[in-house]
Amino acid sequence: MDYRSPTTAKDAAGLLANEGAHVLAGGTDILVKLRAGFVAPRMLVDLKGVPRLRGIESDARGWRIGAATPCAEIGEHEAFAAAWPGVVEALQLIGSTQIQGRATLGGNICNASPAADSVPALIAAGALCEVAGVTGEREVPVEQIITGPGRNALARGEFILGFRLPKPLARAGDAYLRFIPRTEMDIAVVGVGVSLALDAQGVCTHARVGLGAVAPTPLLVADAARALIGTRVNAAALEALGAAASAACRPIDDKRGTIAYRIKVAAVLARRAAVIALERATNRK
Amino acid sequence: MAKQHVTTTVNGDTVEFLCETEQTLLDVLRDELYLTGSKEGCASGDCGACSVMLDGRLVCSCLVLGVEAAGRKVETIEGMARGEVLHPLQQKFLEHAALQCGICTPGFLVAAKALLEKKPNPTETEVRYWLAGNLCRCTGYDKIVRAVLDAAAVMRSA
Amino acid sequence: MNDMTPPKAAQQHLKIVGTRPLRPDGVDKVTGRAKFGADIHVPNMLIGKVLRSPHAHARIKSIDVSRAQALKGVKAVITSADLCDLPSEFIPAGEMMVNFKDMTRNVMAREKALYEGHAVAAVAAVSEAVAAQALTLIEVQYEVLPHVMDVAEAMQAGAPLLHDDMFTIGVEPRPAKASNIAKRVEFGFGDLEAGFARADVIVEREFATKPVHQGYIEPHACLASVSEDGQAELWCTTQGQFIVRAFCAKLLGMDVSRLRVTASEIGGGFGGKTVVYLEPLALALSRKACRPVKMTMSRTDVFRASGPTSGAKIWVKVGATRDGRITAADALLKYQAGAFQGSPVQPGAMCAFAPYDLENVRIVGFDVVVNRPKVAAYRAPGGPIAEFAVESVIDEVALRIGMDPIEFRLKNAAKEGTRAPYGPKLGPIGLVQTLEAARAHAHYRAPLKANQGRGVASGFWFNIGGETCASINLGEDGSVGLVVGTPDIGGSRASLSMMVAEEFGIPLDQVHAIIGDTTSLGFNFLTGGSRVTFSSGMALVEAARDVIRQLRERAAKIWEVAVEEVEWVEGHARLSGKGKTLSLAELAKTAGKTGGPIIGNAAINATGAGPSLATHLVDVEVDPETGKVTILRYTAIQDAGKAVHPSYVEGQMQGGAVQGIGWALNEEYIYDDKGRMENPGFLDYRIPVCSDVPMIDTVIVEVPNPRHPYGVRGVGETPIVPPMAAIANAVSHATGVRFTDLPMSPPRVLAAIDAQRGA
Repeated sequence: MDYRSPTTAKDAAGLLANEGAHVLAGGTDILVKLRAGFVAPRMLVDLKGVPRLRGIESDARGWRIGAATPCAEIGEHEAFAAAWPGVVEALQLIGSTQIQGRATLGGNICNASPAADSVPALIAAGALCEVAGVTGEREVPVEQIITGPGRNALARGEFILGFRLPKPLARAGDAYLRFIPRTEMDIAVVGVGVSLALDAQGVCTHARVGLGAVAPTPLLVADAARALIGTRVNAAALEALGAAASAACRPIDDKRGTIAYRIKVAAVLARRAAVIALERATNRK
Repeated sequence: MAKQHVTTTVNGDTVEFLCETEQTLLDVLRDELYLTGSKEGCASGDCGACSVMLDGRLVCSCLVLGVEAAGRKVETIEGMARGEVLHPLQQKFLEHAALQCGICTPGFLVAAKALLEKKPNPTETEVRYWLAGNLCRCTGYDKIVRAVLDAAAVMRSA
Repeated sequence: MNDMTPPKAAQQHLKIVGTRPLRPDGVDKVTGRAKFGADIHVPNMLIGKVLRSPHAHARIKSIDVSRAQALKGVKAVITSADLCDLPSEFIPAGEMMVNFKDMTRNVMAREKALYEGHAVAAVAAVSEAVAAQALTLIEVQYEVLPHVMDVAEAMQAGAPLLHDDMFTIGVEPRPAKASNIAKRVEFGFGDLEAGFARADVIVEREFATKPVHQGYIEPHACLASVSEDGQAELWCTTQGQFIVRAFCAKLLGMDVSRLRVTASEIGGGFGGKTVVYLEPLALALSRKACRPVKMTMSRTDVFRASGPTSGAKIWVKVGATRDGRITAADALLKYQAGAFQGSPVQPGAMCAFAPYDLENVRIVGFDVVVNRPKVAAYRAPGGPIAEFAVESVIDEVALRIGMDPIEFRLKNAAKEGTRAPYGPKLGPIGLVQTLEAARAHAHYRAPLKANQGRGVASGFWFNIGGETCASINLGEDGSVGLVVGTPDIGGSRASLSMMVAEEFGIPLDQVHAIIGDTTSLGFNFLTGGSRVTFSSGMALVEAARDVIRQLRERAAKIWEVAVEEVEWVEGHARLSGKGKTLSLAELAKTAGKTGGPIIGNAAINATGAGPSLATHLVDVEVDPETGKVTILRYTAIQDAGKAVHPSYVEGQMQGGAVQGIGWALNEEYIYDDKGRMENPGFLDYRIPVCSDVPMIDTVIVEVPNPRHPYGVRGVGETPIVPPMAAIANAVSHATGVRFTDLPMSPPRVLAAIDAQRGA
């Protein structure tokens, strides 16, 4: 197996166009698969040396996170954490402290697990992916990247450069909750990201809801958002939100949870996440 | 494929080694550099027994390739004591009987040191969640957490 | 037999035993210097790897290793042909029995592969990569057979048969047809029918538990080196180097005397390292290659191919009068043994009702084979499963009568003189003291909020003694070196050094303990059965007293007096009434002139191990919308006889309690419909992590064991016996639903809550 460490996006794209080439970012998914014999790449292309894939910046459009930035670094960024606390709490749930020292958002989304923790929160935030390849660059809404369990929408040679999140609206808040049997270390049985914004009267004017681990891909659930918009996020709205979340589930029975359980808990977590998002929205200056 | 030649820094010393691309940093530390203090418990990042610091970040060395260490700074359990003088965490683990079989102890010490460097005054909850990636089957974690909190107090007053 | 009473001084005032010094081997462990099984590298070493069956049950029709053997860098390939086929012979290993015919087949399959992960062949090569490639070149022809995974299904007529020579032992008349039922056991006495007839309240329940793994963080690992003349050395992580020597010698057809086994530091065992897996394979490969061979198990192989404990189905029926006296108790245990016989159903049956003083009791147990890895001992083997069921039913009986669960247990508690259900009368035990301590503890009065519940459970474990040798060697500077043959799993070098220092009356840092290899001592039974502080301690005390006698004789010689005039006090020989003393160091320095080097030896079969009893309290909160159980408060109270080093006794209590928490809430083996394990890793085999549990409060009660010089009882195993029932009882009180199936994972808890709500 060959190992390359390009320093420009162009070189990276060129290397990744080769048959059998695979991205190495944090390594926390691919090295596990390599050890287990699930993948056998001919070449690993280490993207951590490409400056455009590292770092967190804010500009006129909002926030940009390099796709190969370790989650721990993102979590330490105070301003970003203040803007998008739900996204940060999601990426701080990936694995353990050690895993977060290496794991990246790029890896989390491209690995395409239906249960990826960062994705429902990124979906709720309305994030976009900057995709690069030999033919150039494009932006793709984050909810379109994962196409099935272990499958993503990237063509051969394409990789994610970075993630763009908008500036949060005034009176906006987001939250991510996941259900796991222990308190840490488990793959999400259900994951819910909720982002909402209120007007001056406290009525919800904007909402996005992302669901994870309840379908072959993470979901953007428009009905769940509609249950909140125009309401004060009161008990009735939360009830409707929960019902919409449950209705959107297309889960499986597996070693982590049953269909019935996931459908129930999706509603419970959606309500609870919305309550936290509401509190953050109410408290935001 | 011919082996890769890697130069890196381990516990402050410049070291060189040869390795296959597939070998992890853990494999290299143990089998090429004979630094067997970092342990393999699972090889999949689920147990933390292989914890090391890489450029000042706490990581599982079983999920880093040996080649990725080139030009970087690696710190392992073997570098924790200063000559004869144990780090306060090492001392407190002994005083609190925070180890029984001891296999997880290097991982916990490296992880706890990383915590206290970032957060010198953690709460019990913060200690428990930071260390959730380090598995122990012998102690039930009680004395480990007490040792970390006690070491934190000692280090704050130093 | 020597005088095993505590030394006079010690009876009044112990200086070292009972204190909390730093353990002597601790610095190596906190610096990474300590060498565990995989921490060894020798020149010219090969790497060994095992090929394992992908099928749960299959006849092995042929194995073609030729292509593997031809691969450059491969130095040896073995199959079962390279190990001895042995006839059926049972011998003890820890608290379980092992059978050599089964053992040779478990370490490497012969006629059949009996579980996914069953070893089929092995290679030794110049590198990990070449060995892995060699495995892919071994061609095995399997004839896949139907498999059976569930104990009840395996007991049915017509179930897939694992062994065509298995005829149930313990059934009269002996069955004519082979089955998967290896053994039936029965204990008890009295008149059950009459007892139940007298009962005002009868509770009868069925329970089910899943197999759980010991979960040691260190995988199995060893390094074997066999030279051309057949002399062999083996380094391995094990609970018993002498047991490993015996087993490997038998499996390889070697003389025991030609195999030297050294125990590395051990990264957890809990019973799971009392048997052999890689060791005979490494020796066979090394013998063929004439080079050292190192083998380590991957974590997935540890789960797939090393023994968990049994899953089981348990039925319990208890009757009691309205004023709280148990009148009859009946239990039926069906334990999975895995692919070969030998589940711990017998000890499980023996201790199921042992905390109670009963007139009418019966326990029947079945040992049943299924297509899963062969079960190995796991901390109080068999006990936690049976006592989970019994303590849950006891809780329900108390509830129905309207009596506090601690009061109910006090009313029926076994004491000194109680006849245990398995026959003998119990010596002094501390169950009542643990119950009283539980009742008095602040935990028992802590207020509970909505969705919270409290559970109580008691537990019993016998503990064992066994063959033990130890020696003490006096250094010329007065230092005391001691050699024991029982690997140190939990800090026993500390407690053993402390007892020896106490005997001599010298500071602890003058004592140095090592674990010897198999050439250093006579036979030692393994570390297990909570026996080391008890047995190695007893042997060392005997050896120490022998050395002290010799020291007094040397002093008598120097002073030219009769030895009866010389006392031994606080590290010195003292001439009674004359004020003359000679220190240990002075006597050691002149030993050459007074008669030669001074050493002490002991070789005992330690008996009189006292049972250790415990009571645990736990408070839980159950999230009614998700079924998630959170442990709020945990208190473990246990009789240690005498806590030599209280910190390490507490450590045993806390560690066992948390293993029990995992067993109760989340740990289980999950298999697909082809009998393949779906969760062979720490990601989905969920042991408790640091944030899952609170501090575990401990209370040590001391009812001395009169058969040990310091009153010691083994403490290591009892702590895992009460937690599952305590937690199930707590969850029941929090939710109003009785839980009988483990683990109580969130989907199951939520389903049960919802079913009760009629939702």
